Amino acid sequence: MASTPPIRCYLNPVDSIAYPARPARNLHRFANPGRFLRLAGRVQPWLTWPALLLTLGGLGWGLFMAPADWQQGDAVRMMYVHVPSAWLASAGYVSLALASFASLVWRHPLADLAAAEIGPVGAGFTALCLATGSLWGKPMWGAWWVWDARLTSVLVLFFLYVGHIALVRAFDDPTRGYRAGAILALVGAVNLPVIKFSVEWWNTLHQVASITLTGAPTMSRDMLWPLLVCAIGFTVAFAAIVMARTRAAVMERRIRGLLMAQADRA
Amino acid sequence: MTHLGFIAATYALGLAVPALFAVTAWQRLTRARARLAAIDPREGRA
Repeated sequence: MASTPPIRCYLNPVDSIAYPARPARNLHRFANPGRFLRLAGRVQPWLTWPALLLTLGGLGWGLFMAPADWQQGDAVRMMYVHVPSAWLASAGYVSLALASFASLVWRHPLADLAAAEIGPVGAGFTALCLATGSLWGKPMWGAWWVWDARLTSVLVLFFLYVGHIALVRAFDDPTRGYRAGAILALVGAVNLPVIKFSVEWWNTLHQVASITLTGAPTMSRDMLWPLLVCAIGFTVAFAAIVMARTRAAVMERRIRGLLMAQADRA
Repeated sequence: MTHLGFIAATYALGLAVPALFAVTAWQRLTRARARLAAIDPREGRA
């Protein structure tokens, strides 16, 4: 009885690109789905549990132990959710742009999957940033929304995320969707400096940054520490969620490939 | 505590959004792993 040939580990069933059996020691060695799954499986618990502990600890610290602001009162406690989600909205888009760059330049197949999985999570955190900003704005500014440069540029960021999600899924051929999404993500990256400097370039209702890389923070340390814990917790949670989604996407791709191979043999 | 309703809504959203993404990612991963284990004899090592 003739035995069926084994399915090669490096076969990409969607676009039928066969990767070398012994990948060079460069970025493409992580294109091996089995290697990625093994590595990500080991890293996942080291992201998940710290994310849970840091996020819950930071939010509890900010809610119950951090001092109230002399001007804003307890409303300042909303900052412990709003600011980390705002940082992640931009940082998530940076990671989306980097994955898109890797996809376009090196045709890295995992970069395509990672970009497709970063999009919805980034959109979720951007929506969280907009919603919590609105909740803060109503008692502090007296309005749920103002067409301020910072708010508007973050809203544009949300639309870029939504556009990326839609574009990636808009084609029958997934490769075309990934390419189109990658181009949109890279073009949309021009919005990131606009968000960052909007409070300096224009007269905005939104306050300027209290924490910068070059200067000392303009906020009390009693507020700064819980904010940093929340920011690290949210960032690690973002990474853990994206990693879990990318692992699932790699497995789903492998399942599709195996089913196609079975159908071909039948 | 002043502005309690706004603060409660903010923290509820701040917990719900990451939790929703985490739970759906975990469910998707569990489903994919089980399905892959059923059809791929090499599985069980990842």
